[in-house]
Amino acid sequence: MTTPVLEARGLSRAFGHVRALDDVDFEVYPGEVTALIGDNGAGKSTLVKALSGNLAVDTGVIKFEGNPLQLTNPMQASALGIETVHQDLALAPHLDPVQNMYLGREVMKSGIGGAFGFMNVAEMRKESRRAFDELGATVRSLTSPVGSMSGGQRQAIAIARAVHWANKVVFLDEPTAALGVRQTKNVLETIRRVRDKGIAVVFISHSMPHVMEVSDRIQVLRLGHRAAAIDTKSTNMEELVGLMTGASTRGVA
Amino acid sequence: MSDDVRDADLKKAEFGQTDAAGPETTSINMAQAKENGFTKLIKAQAFQILIVLIVIVAIFSALAPDTFAQLSNLRLVVQNASILAVLGVGMTFIIITSGIDLSIGSVLVFSGVVSAIVMRAIGGDDWGTATIGIIVSILSGLAWGIFNGVLISKAKVPPLIVTLGSLGMALGLSQIITGGVDIRQVPSVLTTSIGYGNILGGIPIISVIALVIVIIGAIVLHKTKFGLYTYAVGSSEEAARRVGVKVDRHLIKVYALSGALAGLAGILSLSQFSTTAIAGQSQTNLNVIAAVVIGGTSLFGGYGTIFGTVVGLFIPAVLQNGFVITGVQPFWQQVAVGAVLIAAVYVDQVRRASAARGASTSLWRHFARRNNK
Repeated sequence: MTTPVLEARGLSRAFGHVRALDDVDFEVYPGEVTALIGDNGAGKSTLVKALSGNLAVDTGVIKFEGNPLQLTNPMQASALGIETVHQDLALAPHLDPVQNMYLGREVMKSGIGGAFGFMNVAEMRKESRRAFDELGATVRSLTSPVGSMSGGQRQAIAIARAVHWANKVVFLDEPTAALGVRQTKNVLETIRRVRDKGIAVVFISHSMPHVMEVSDRIQVLRLGHRAAAIDTKSTNMEELVGLMTGASTRGVA
Repeated sequence: MSDDVRDADLKKAEFGQTDAAGPETTSINMAQAKENGFTKLIKAQAFQILIVLIVIVAIFSALAPDTFAQLSNLRLVVQNASILAVLGVGMTFIIITSGIDLSIGSVLVFSGVVSAIVMRAIGGDDWGTATIGIIVSILSGLAWGIFNGVLISKAKVPPLIVTLGSLGMALGLSQIITGGVDIRQVPSVLTTSIGYGNILGGIPIISVIALVIVIIGAIVLHKTKFGLYTYAVGSSEEAARRVGVKVDRHLIKVYALSGALAGLAGILSLSQFSTTAIAGQSQTNLNVIAAVVIGGTSLFGGYGTIFGTVVGLFIPAVLQNGFVITGVQPFWQQVAVGAVLIAAVYVDQVRRASAARGASTSLWRHFARRNNK
């Protein structure tokens, strides 16, 4: 078996008396879609925050490509090639897709122009277009503000941005929650393409059909604990719902 | 197009629905061909306000061709707007970050006072003294800007309150320093050059300085990373923070810029009027804010242009000048500017609302829909 690109062992985190994460194990493999499911309050978001450097854990070890490390801030995770698409997308609505894509990581002009803060817009536009095309993202215009675009397009831009910068792991927090049928199909297709690039995708969702359709592996969280880690092919929706609600148990517990 | 079809189209736009081959499947190339530079220009609020300005100028020119439409009069208008233009550049940056700076008038006065005192203490009437005075004035303004910026970004006090506080503090300190008496000794090298000097056969030097600031400001805002971060912070502070933009530091820089420009305006004012004019700047902040907003910069942040601000400055300036020349009571200027201001913010609201719906941001569409209801 290959080494997980990102691995967590015995993560715990308490908020006051609430144990949001209780000795959680988690692993993500390159070139696979790992679905992370669980009921509300199961600790999905807390786990993602911990693994993307947004939240410190009380105890436990995070390993990146087999090496233990301390994740203290999101920039550190970004530097390792780990990106997160949050539910609110975190796009600046007045900026265009290219500016959003490169915000905080602008390509500067070479030489004296760059020293004065001038950006290489042509280069960024070219690379953005390539990134959007690669994912099959249908972006209406590279020069219109993101805020004027539909939810599906914004989602596509946020995912494209994450994938553009992540070469190891992408976390997608409920990427299909607010989308229509067609946009959802596009997003799921995008997820497959990202996986085919060899990037590990962590797909958080409440939608069991989407999870079954796109994931290779499913990890179920329940009450801050991993209830199961199973192969998608060997399970079905009823079993997943049972695992989420605690009606059934299976696999590692 | 029949009314029914039109109605259906508008409804579709309202609910953000699309046809089977709607925008979701439109390729990048197709969409960009539709949106060329010209249509974008017409949609820009700064352009719409420019048309308003041209109409105003045309009306006054028709009413008073011998007095209003003269080069000498144009010079006067431009000269009077110069100091406000310098302040307007800083204010545009601040309002794009969704902030506000009420303190610029007082900071202008304070910088002028400190600079005048330093120059008086040095004595001398040469460029050496004047240069020190200019530097002192800019640094005084810069200090106030940093003071504002730190309190706003680090202490999280709202900009309205911080700059209202520094408005009072800067003005009060100016009066304490001077004992409430204006200083009138200004080196004559300043007054004869910056104050009312001309170059190239009649272009006021003060306007040339303002133009340089405006051009640099526009380049920085629209072409550099600093400008991009200004828009990003105003558009979504959270989004900017998440991708690693140092939001606090950027806000401090933007307020520092506005403060430094107010300091520069202080020395310009000192040169132009040969006095610190402590009581003369009580309306400056509001006039500049009005100009920025009339020029299409959104009070909610994320949107605006320096070009718009310059156009926005000239509407009050031309109205004032035109009313005086045509014999209308100049008090009408305030009424007219107030109305333009409200109209400008209304237009911005409409634009923002339709942008939030993902619909067309064209004003005509908006009015068309209104009429169809």
